[in-house]
Amino acid sequence: MSREARELLFKPVNKKESLSEQIIRPSLPIWKETAINILKNKLALFGLVLILIITFFAIAGPAMVPYSASEQELTKNNLAPSSEHWFGTDDLGRDVWARTWQGARVSLTIGLVAALLDLIIGVTVGGISGYMAGKGKRGDRIDSILMRIVEVLYGIPYLLVVILLMVIMEPGIITIIIALSATGWVGMARIVRGQILQLKSQDYVLAAEKLGSSHAKIIGKHLIPNTMGIIIVNLTFSVPSAIFSESFLSFLGLGVQAPFASWGTMANDALGVVIGGQWWRLFFPALMISITMFAFNAFGDGLQDALDPKVRKKGGK
Amino acid sequence: MSLLKVNNLKVNFKTYGGTIRAVRNVSFEVDYGETVAIVGESGSGKSVTVQAIMGLIKKPAGEIEKGNILFKGKELLQLSQKQLREIKGKQISMVFQDSMTSLNPTMKVGKQISEVLLYHQHVSKQEAKARAIEMIKEVGIPNAERRYEQYPHEFSGGMRQRIMIAIALACNPDLLIADEPTTALDVTIQAQVLGLLEGIKENKNTSIILITHDLGVVAESADKVIVMYGGMMVEKCSVQELFSNPNHPYTWGLLESIPNVSNKDKERLKPIEGSPPDLFSPPKGCPFAPRCKYAMDICMEEVPRLYDVADGHSSRCFLNDEMAPNIATFSEVEERV
Amino acid sequence: MNQEIIKTTNVKKHYAIGKQQVVRSVDGISIDIYQGETFGLVGESGSGKSTFGKTIAGLTNPTDGSVYYEGNNVNNLSKKERHRINREIQIIFQDPQASLNPRMQVGDIIAEGIDAHGLAKGKARKERIYDLLERVGLNPDVVKRYPHEFSGGQRQRIGIARTLAVQPKFIVADEPISALDVSIQAQVLNLLNDLKDSEDLTYLFIAHDLSMVKHISDRIGVMYLGNMMELARSEQLFDNPKHPYTQALLSAIPVPDPTLSKRDRIVLQGEPPSPVNPPSGCKFRTRCPHAMEICSLEAPMWKEIHADHWTACHLYS
Ligand SMILES: Nc1ncnc2c1ncn2[C@@H]1O[C@H](COP(=O)(O)OP(=O)(O)OP(=O)(O)O)[C@@H](O)[C@H]1O
Ligand SMILES: Nc1ncnc2c1ncn2[C@@H]1O[C@H](COP(=O)(O)OP(=O)(O)OP(=O)(O)O)[C@@H](O)[C@H]1O
Ligand code: SF4
Ligand code: SF4
Ligand SMILES: [Mg+2]
Ligand SMILES: [Mg+2]
Repeated sequence: MSREARELLFKPVNKKESLSEQIIRPSLPIWKETAINILKNKLALFGLVLILIITFFAIAGPAMVPYSASEQELTKNNLAPSSEHWFGTDDLGRDVWARTWQGARVSLTIGLVAALLDLIIGVTVGGISGYMAGKGKRGDRIDSILMRIVEVLYGIPYLLVVILLMVIMEPGIITIIIALSATGWVGMARIVRGQILQLKSQDYVLAAEKLGSSHAKIIGKHLIPNTMGIIIVNLTFSVPSAIFSESFLSFLGLGVQAPFASWGTMANDALGVVIGGQWWRLFFPALMISITMFAFNAFGDGLQDALDPKVRKKGGK
Repeated sequence: MSLLKVNNLKVNFKTYGGTIRAVRNVSFEVDYGETVAIVGESGSGKSVTVQAIMGLIKKPAGEIEKGNILFKGKELLQLSQKQLREIKGKQISMVFQDSMTSLNPTMKVGKQISEVLLYHQHVSKQEAKARAIEMIKEVGIPNAERRYEQYPHEFSGGMRQRIMIAIALACNPDLLIADEPTTALDVTIQAQVLGLLEGIKENKNTSIILITHDLGVVAESADKVIVMYGGMMVEKCSVQELFSNPNHPYTWGLLESIPNVSNKDKERLKPIEGSPPDLFSPPKGCPFAPRCKYAMDICMEEVPRLYDVADGHSSRCFLNDEMAPNIATFSEVEERV
Repeated sequence: MNQEIIKTTNVKKHYAIGKQQVVRSVDGISIDIYQGETFGLVGESGSGKSTFGKTIAGLTNPTDGSVYYEGNNVNNLSKKERHRINREIQIIFQDPQASLNPRMQVGDIIAEGIDAHGLAKGKARKERIYDLLERVGLNPDVVKRYPHEFSGGQRQRIGIARTLAVQPKFIVADEPISALDVSIQAQVLNLLNDLKDSEDLTYLFIAHDLSMVKHISDRIGVMYLGNMMELARSEQLFDNPKHPYTQALLSAIPVPDPTLSKRDRIVLQGEPPSPVNPPSGCKFRTRCPHAMEICSLEAPMWKEIHADHWTACHLYS
C-alpha cells in the first residue's frame, strides 16, 4: 500500500454504537447447537450411525434372505457362514442371519419399551418428589414416602425381582419388561429429583417466584425444560442397559422363550456347541450385543457433552 | 539478563465452537526481584499466558503456535517433561486462580507442603516437616504445629490461599506466579495476602507475576504492568507510567471506569461501552476497535504494532503512529489524579 | 426523604444445620431504609448480607423480629396484600448466568412478571418488552435470543429489565456487579443510578467493592458476623469511621494511585469466626485491636452517636 493510501486510513471512523453493542455469540436455538455439537463429536456420530444401521437391519434384515427365523431345514444344520447362509445355520438348520435380526427386533423392543417405562415412572415420581420437597409439611411427607419406596427398591437386586416374577408369571417378553422396569425407574427418579431440587434454588426460579409466576408456570417453563437434557441422556443410557439385562436373563434361561429368539437366547443355545467349532452361533449375537451397547453408550456420552452448558460456554462469555 | 523472557507467545485452543485464539503475540520480561502485574478483562488471556509459562497448555486441545519462553536464558518450550518438572515447583511455582479447590481434601495440610519438599529437595522427613511448619508460620498462620496436622476443610478461604502460597514458596523459587490470589477473598484478608507477597519479594528477592483485575492491587503491589485485551498485550509500562501517562485507549477506559475513593462529588462513572470481543472470531484489526472512541479506519484493517512511547513503555495503538491525527490526550484522567 | 420504606426490628435469621447446630446468619438487625435512597450494605463474605437481603425481600421469613414495608408487617399479610407487596419488592441477583433461565428467550424472560400479573397482553405486551429493553440499553431485536448469547453485563441488564417490568418500588440488588468485568461494572452501575431517578426506586445495594458502594450509596451499613456494626451517610462513614472494624475495612482498600505513600494500614489478624459459634459479647472482639474486658462480657448496644450515625461498640458508650 502506498504511503498516501495508507495515510487516508488514519482518520476517525464514524461512531457506530450498534457495532459495540453487538451480540457476541451467533443466535442458535439450544437444540440446534446440541445437534451441531453431536455432529462434531466423532464418537457420538459413530454411535448414532451404528444405531441407525442396526435399526435398519432389524427392520429389513430378515427379509433380505429367503429363510425365516424359525424355518428348520434339518439337512442343512450347523453350516459355517457362506454365500448362501451369511451367518451360517444352527443345529436345527435355521438361518443365523435371519435369527440375529429377528432377535434384534426383540432385543431393541425390550430395550426401548423398558427405557420408556423407566422414563414415565421415574420422571413422574422424581418430579413430584423433588417439587414437593420443602413445600410445607404435606409436601415433605409426600417426598419422604416416595423416596422411601425408591430406597427400598434400590436395595433389592433385580435378579431377585425377576426370579420372584417368574414364579408368579410366565417367562416371556412382557415379564422381562415388567421385571426390568419394576426396579429400573428408580435411577431415573433419583436423578430427576436431584435435578429439580437443585433447579428450585436457582436464582431464576427464585426470581420467577418473586415476580409472581404460578406453580404451573414454574414447573412448565423453568423446571421441566431444564431437566429435559439430563432425562434424554439418562434415557440413552438405560436402553443399552435394558438390552444387556435382557440378554443376560435370556442367557440364564430366565428370559424370552421359544419360538421367540433374542440375542441372549441365541447365545445361550450356542454355548454348548462353540467348543465343537461352531463359533458363528455365539459370535454374531454376542457381536450385536456389544455393538449395540457401544453405540448407545457412545451416543449418550456425546449427548451428555453436547448438552453440557459448560461446553457451550467455553470461549464465549 | 532478565529472569524470564516471553517472546511472541501465541496460544490456541480447539473447541467445539471453533478455534479460540486465546493469546496472540505476547512479549514481556521479568527481572530479578520485580513484580509484574497482568491486568485485563475476563477471558483476555491472562491465565493462559502464565499457564504456557508453566507448561500447562495440554495437547490436543491447547497448542502453543509459536513463541519463546526463556527462563534464565533456557528455552522452556524445548525442555523435556523431566527437565521441566525439575524447574517447575522448584524454581518457578504457581498459585492457581481456583486454589480453593486445588488442595487435596483428604491429605493433611502440612503433609501437602512437606511432600513438595521431599520431591524437590533431598531432605529427610523430619527436616521436611520442620521446614513445612516454618512455612506455615511464615505465611502468618498461628499455631503452626497444630495446623500441620489439620485437613483443608478446617481452614478458612484466606488460610487455604495462604497454604497454597506456602506450598509454592516451599522450595524458595526464583519466580512466583500468582493467578488472582486475592479475587475470592475479602479486603481485610486480601490485605494480609498482599502483605505476605510483598514481604517475600523484599526478603528473598523473589520475582512475582501477579494476575489481577483490581487496579488498586496493581498500584500497591506492582513494579511493571502488562495490560491485556482480547488475547493481546495492548500496553506495557511501569506502574507509575500506567497511572500518570497511560497511552492505550483501553487503559484510559479502565482508569476512567473505576470510582475514585478519595473523590468527594459523585460524578457519573465513564464506562467503556460495548462488550469484550468474541475470541472465536476476533475483530480483524485492533481487538479494541469496536469499543474504541478514537478508532480510525486503519484500526479495522490492521492489527497495530507495538509502538514505543517512552523508555520501557510500549503501546499497541495506532494513535502513536506518525500519520495519526493528534486528537487524544488523557486529560480526563489527569484531572482526576 | 426521611420517610422510611423498610423498617426492620431486631431481625434474626437462623438456619438449623445438622442435629443441634444453628447458623446465626443474621442475628438481630434494626435499621430503617428511607424512601428514595440507596442503602449500601458491605461486610465480609459470610457476614449475612445476602440472607438479610433475602429476608427483607420476603424470600425467607425471619426467625425472629419483623420486617415492615410501608408500615405493614410483611410476614403477616392478607393474600391480596402479599401479592401486591411481592410485586413492589424485587431482587436483582449476583450471578447474571444463574439468574436467567437458559431455555427461555429474552422476550419471555422479561415478560415473566407482566404475564404473571396480567399487566399487558398481545401487542401491548410486545411494546412493553421493547420499551424495557430500550430502557436498559439493549436493542429490541434481541427478544428471540437466548441468554447464553449475551455477555455478562448484557445478561445483568436483561435481569434488570425483568424486574422493572412489574414496576417495583424497592429493589434488593445483591452484588449486581461483582461478577462483571471492571469495564462493564460502570455500565450497570450507571444504569441502576439512572433508573433510580426515572422510576422512583429505593435500593438495598449489597456489595464487596467498597469504592463502588461508596459511589452509589447515600448511606452505608457495615455488617460483621450477622450484626450491623456501623451505619452512616457514606461520606461520613468514609471520612470518619467510628467502629474499629469499619476502620480496618476502609484502610484495607487498595487505592489505585501509586504516588500515594504506603498508608498506615490496619491489618486485622486472624479470620472471622464461624457464625455457628460466634464469640460472646462483641462479635468482633477476637480480631479487634481495641478490645477491652467488657467486650467479651456484654454485647455493645446499637446506638446513634451522631445524627444519623449509628454504631455498636463499647468505645462509644
Ligand atoms: N483449556 C481450555 N480449553 C479451551 N479454551 C480455553 C481453555 N483455557 C482457556 N480457554 C479460553 O481462552 C480464553 C482466555 O482464557 P484465560 O483463562 O486466559 O482468561 P483470563 O484472562 O485468565 O480470564 P479470567 O479473568 O476470567 O480468569 C478464554 O476465552 C477461555 O475460554
Ligand atoms: N440456606 C442456608 N442454610 C444454612 N446456612 C446458610 C444458608 N444460607 C446462608 N447460610 C449461612 O449463613 C451465613 C451468611 O450467609 P450469606 O450468604 O448471607 O453471607 P453473605 O454476607 O451474603 O456472603 P457473601 O459475601 O459471600 O455473599 C453463612 O455462614 C452461610 O453459610
Ligand atoms: S488502535 Fe485504533 S481502535 Fe485500537 S485502541 Fe488505538 S485508536 Fe483505538
Ligand atoms: S466493642 Fe470492643 S471488641 Fe467490639 S469493636 Fe468495640 S472495642 Fe472492639
Ligand atoms: Mg484467569
Ligand atoms: Mg451474598
